[in-house]
Amino acid sequence: MRRTIRHIPLLGTALAPAAAQAQGENRPMWYLETFGSPGNEITPILWGLLWLAIGVVVIIAALVLAGVFLKTQRGVDMRRDQEAVSPPHDHSALRWMYGGLFATLAALSVFVVWTMMTMADIRQPDGEAPITIAITGHQWWWQVTYLSEDESRIFETANEIHVPVGVPVKFRLTSADVIHSFWVPAIASKTDLIPGQENTAWFRADTPGVYRGQCAEYCGKQHANMALRVVAESPEDFDAWWDMQLEPVEMPETEVAKMGMELFRLNCAACHNIRGAMAGGEMGPDLSHLMERTTLASGMLPNTPGHLSGWIANPDVIKPGTLMPRTDLSGPELDAIRAFLLTLDQGA
Amino acid sequence: MWQHLFWIFAHPWVYIIVLPAMGMVSDALPVFCRQPLVGYTLVVIATITTMILGFGVWVHHMFATGIPFMSLSFFSGASFIITIPSAVSVFAWILTIWYGKPVVKVPFLYFASFIVMFTIGGVSGVMTASVPADFQLHGTYFVVAHIHYVLIGINLFGVLGALYFWFPKMSGRMMSERLGTWAFAFIFGGFNLAFLPMHWTGLMGMPRRVYTYPEGAGWGWVNMTTTVGSFLLAFGILLVLVNVWHGLRRGKPAGDNPWDAPTLEWAVSSPPPPYNFATAPVLASRHPLWEDRLPEGSGRSSLHHGPLLDDGKEAMLTTVLDAEPDLVVKMPDDTLWPFLTTVAMTVFFGALLLHLWTWAAAGLGAILLCMLGWLWPRDDLAQTSKEAHHG
Ligand code: HEC
Ligand SMILES: [Cu+2]
Repeated sequence: MRRTIRHIPLLGTALAPAAAQAQGENRPMWYLETFGSPGNEITPILWGLLWLAIGVVVIIAALVLAGVFLKTQRGVDMRRDQEAVSPPHDHSALRWMYGGLFATLAALSVFVVWTMMTMADIRQPDGEAPITIAITGHQWWWQVTYLSEDESRIFETANEIHVPVGVPVKFRLTSADVIHSFWVPAIASKTDLIPGQENTAWFRADTPGVYRGQCAEYCGKQHANMALRVVAESPEDFDAWWDMQLEPVEMPETEVAKMGMELFRLNCAACHNIRGAMAGGEMGPDLSHLMERTTLASGMLPNTPGHLSGWIANPDVIKPGTLMPRTDLSGPELDAIRAFLLTLDQGA
Repeated sequence: MWQHLFWIFAHPWVYIIVLPAMGMVSDALPVFCRQPLVGYTLVVIATITTMILGFGVWVHHMFATGIPFMSLSFFSGASFIITIPSAVSVFAWILTIWYGKPVVKVPFLYFASFIVMFTIGGVSGVMTASVPADFQLHGTYFVVAHIHYVLIGINLFGVLGALYFWFPKMSGRMMSERLGTWAFAFIFGGFNLAFLPMHWTGLMGMPRRVYTYPEGAGWGWVNMTTTVGSFLLAFGILLVLVNVWHGLRRGKPAGDNPWDAPTLEWAVSSPPPPYNFATAPVLASRHPLWEDRLPEGSGRSSLHHGPLLDDGKEAMLTTVLDAEPDLVVKMPDDTLWPFLTTVAMTVFFGALLLHLWTWAAAGLGAILLCMLGWLWPRDDLAQTSKEAHHG
């Protein structure tokens, strides 16, 4: 048994180059090859179980097929050839049975122990987790709050999480409405977001890159379009990103954008907050540094001016059922709002 | 909380679906192997164990909900252990094939492939029983594949085999072997084409219950395979229906025992008369119709001579373990009490959910009253001491 186990990670790595290449391109949700913990700890046992499963199925299928082909009597008329019935050979047959059960038990014990060891392994990150991020699930987007001892460094964003490479990050997970599940396959396993309950999770990204995450618990009509992105970058870049997020939004300069800001205050601020410009509601994602995000509407659309116009003009066409209402604004008014939103970029 | 309630119900429910199918296979597969089931006693014990353990594993649907480490380990362990009794059944079926001399008929095709489907559904279950693995597998198409192997592979294959097996007994006619083989080919091929690749969809990270996904996810071709497979499967089911219809109208007469099967139901005509047996048969072994050919038990069953139960509604009461005839009891007539009890229970549980405590108390009282009414000793059934003396 031991030998098989040692081989399994090898088999896993045999496929690794293909998977690494594919990450982010062909198989964004692939988790048999991971780029951080606890995924890294889980992958070996997953491969182990997979090979065990394949092995068992092949053996059983072979036994059934062989039994059928070797033992079949052809051309028997069941009604007439009655002497074909043979007495049971329970005595010798049961010896096989006990042998088989013993093998099953042995294999299972190995995997029970392995399971427990892996569980103990992934319970806590090794070492301190200096960063804590609170995530609240909403229908159908992710509210993300970066926590800090220093109150002035706390800020909020949505749908896109930046993390430093090589540093464990803790998550506090809850939900504002129904049960969602936080899942970034290539780095971490799932944890549910449950209303009225705070779950914790952690992960550590080891390779810089962008990883796709997705809600993994059915939460309503747009469950399928509740994705998130994890951007893993060097600690320096990460710190710079955090500082940038803290910068207040610059006041718009052009006339259109100023008008857009007014219109936004009237029509949109009830749900959307823009730090420094206006205090807004919490029903929708924080838009303070919207232009710095790469996607709109939880990973549905690339964040381009064109998609932005389409979204604010009629969100329901793009994401049927979304809780952002359609606003009855004229074309020029929408353009003004868009012009304002487009100024919400990298801060300085 | 609701999730616990749901799964505490739904997991045993899965076993309630698969265990009868397993029983059908254990019953009928040996007929085609021309020899009794290997390890009968073990299989029975395994079945009972499965049902008991089945009540203790519901949490394995909820590993990702933030349940404490200790209870996760417990439920993970229990979910691993439940494979042992299933393994007993699988080995028993395989050994029955190996030690017997199988005759390949349509039911046998279903039963033999059932063993493999059962194994696939079983091992994917073991994979998800491991907590860390489940943290990834949970909520993906892997689980969808698993449940289809359990419900279709384990239930449908067993039940279809059983349909072909018992159809002659129920209708008095045989189903066409040729059409049956074709239907089997479509069902088997279609089912596996649809659901075997689905494991892979899940391993590629496709979450359940999404109506759309990004084009770049790489899930397209597997999902296409699944679609094709499911159409083939549906066509196979259609063939089965045609087969049943054709069998009912044109099937060859079956006779009492077309498979030369050993058990009691094959001793009467097909379809059986409403009274089954004119006299209650007395059995000496599990295979009354094979007794001449098997060195089993002592004595012979007597199918044509036995106690006559002809005084109103009566049934035989036998001893618990060996089923020796013991007493004759009178059966009660139709009564309203069970219905009233259910109504009272509905009130009780409904009130509990709605936090209506007085209604709940009233419901509980009503339940007790109904039970009392239901179980009250009755003279006409010889349940009171007065009548017992006369009886
Ligand atoms: C009733 C509350 C509400 C109002 C009013 C509202 N929104 Fe939204 N908005 C939302 C919600 C909820 C979402 C998240 C939708 C989703 O992803 O399913 C959202 C998403 C967005 C997004 C995408 C954010 C991202 O990161 O994906 C933009 C941009 C946006 N809203 C702009 C606007 C503008 C501009 C207005 C005013 C014309 C407006 N919203 C009015 C609730 C609202
Ligand atoms: Cu969801």
